[in-house]
Amino acid sequence: MGQTFAQKVLARAAGLDRVVPGQIVTVRPDHLLTHDNSSAIVGKIEKDLEKHGLVSTELPIIVLDHVIPASDEKTATGHRKVREFVRKCKVEHFFDVGVGVCHQVVVEKGLALPGRLLVGSDSHTCAYGAVNAFATGVDRTEAAALLLTGETWLRVPPTIKITLAGALKPPVSAKDLVLKIIGDLGADGANYDAVEYHGDVASLTVDDRFAVANMGIEMGAKIAVFPFDAVTEKYLAAAGVPRKAYEPVWADADAEYKAEHAYNLPAIEPMIALPHKVDNVKRVADAKGIEIQQALLGTCTNGRHSDLRVAAAILDGKRVHPNVRLLVLPASRAIMEDALADGTIAKLVKAGGVVLPPGCGPCLGAHQGALAPGERCLSTSNRNFKGRMGCKEAEICLASPATVAASALTGVVTDPRG
Amino acid sequence: MRVWKYGDDINTDMLFPGKYTYTCATADEIKPHLLEDLDPEFAGKVQAGDVVLAGKNFGCGSSREQPALGLRAVGIEAVVAGSFARIFYRAAINQGLVLVECPEAVAAFRPGDSVTLDLAGGKVVVAGKPYAFPPLPAQILAIRDAGGLLPYARAKLEGKRT
Repeated sequence: MGQTFAQKVLARAAGLDRVVPGQIVTVRPDHLLTHDNSSAIVGKIEKDLEKHGLVSTELPIIVLDHVIPASDEKTATGHRKVREFVRKCKVEHFFDVGVGVCHQVVVEKGLALPGRLLVGSDSHTCAYGAVNAFATGVDRTEAAALLLTGETWLRVPPTIKITLAGALKPPVSAKDLVLKIIGDLGADGANYDAVEYHGDVASLTVDDRFAVANMGIEMGAKIAVFPFDAVTEKYLAAAGVPRKAYEPVWADADAEYKAEHAYNLPAIEPMIALPHKVDNVKRVADAKGIEIQQALLGTCTNGRHSDLRVAAAILDGKRVHPNVRLLVLPASRAIMEDALADGTIAKLVKAGGVVLPPGCGPCLGAHQGALAPGERCLSTSNRNFKGRMGCKEAEICLASPATVAASALTGVVTDPRG
Repeated sequence: MRVWKYGDDINTDMLFPGKYTYTCATADEIKPHLLEDLDPEFAGKVQAGDVVLAGKNFGCGSSREQPALGLRAVGIEAVVAGSFARIFYRAAINQGLVLVECPEAVAAFRPGDSVTLDLAGGKVVVAGKPYAFPPLPAQILAIRDAGGLLPYARAKLEGKRT
């Protein structure tokens, strides 16, 4: 019997010949991602760090992105504490306020590589499966222990195989595909499991794969991963990573799966997740006319240059509906530079968009773009939980950049196909 | 002893709102906001020894650890649920919070029923009737029994593995 991607990566990371689903293995991750929460994480182990030191200066990747620029004295003090830790312990991979959302930065800087094992103190760490990495979320305490010991335990997950056929028909996008999958499988449909994407993945760009892998956690998945191919190689080469720097891993043809699903991409339609669960998914065609007061374009799910371009093409020369606030949140500074250079940002701003600094912004409700009771936001982000944008009497719906742009023009949920 | 009963897919935003994630980290900062958007009564009335009972996929969503840290800090004896989301499951072990995965016990519970725990015997007792739940693997139990991951890691670093 062959092995899945997860079995192969975890066997290597544990120094074993072979592992089986359900087995608990001790592993040493290649990287540990933390963000603004680094200040709380380091706060747990200040004395331990003095005594034992940081286990490796190469292990941590720290990105300040969640509440940036600092919203008040308390968050500013947290950021300062992180910078002090970075200097004192000589952390090699540190990205200060303004570089971008952590998940985008990790992939963009070539720190998530095919076949590698990364853990992050953020649930959307699973996004790096876009570039064939095994990447999964942990909590703050685990991150603190990892800074001291460099090791943790993982249970080898069973794997769900999802086979894609054909190509999506624009303006239908990868976001519509992943919403469709989550709606079908449910919010716990892949809990504790790995999800492997097979089949005609070549038509999906790394940006597309990123959106799909990023939302793996919304069906409970430990990881959501794509195979390495020419698309991945080209992306990483552009990020400055030579082919010899990594070893891709993929499942054997006769690997054993817990479940298998198939999706016909040309048949996927624009989809929307209605409040307050990500698996409350409907066709946009069946949700048309729902009023919105805010439209959020961006985040770690859909804040890439290609996403902004799709929206800008729809909004070009027009004006958002007077009842709608359009917030634009590029996922990184590099993306913002590209979107400035080709006029994408200008189109969005002329249409009425408010550009926010590359970070997490309104997605987690800590600052910027919070909602009032009775308001509704249509967002390209990944979560629509009650209270997520700062107010439990507000609603959040999730959709693709094209659907968000088309709806921002009309003030109601609108099918981007017209 | 009071049983706090909730439904399926209780996410970490409902257990601890995201807007406080970067300003509240200690137990004292977390406690007043525990379950704020799910059950505004909880934070004021919860007492040590109480039990939280819920449906499937408890703790889904964000990796924030304030829900697990807070539930442990207010003295919740155990969270009994149909199933747990994986990051919350890890966070609970890392905080030393007891989780019991037992959909049968959750289905049997009726308002007013007592819920007691026989951790050593691997049973949760609902209205006098015992329901068995699978034990944690020894390696993971060792973390919880050390009082959480940091005490466990410290002992390991000191070469006194528990």
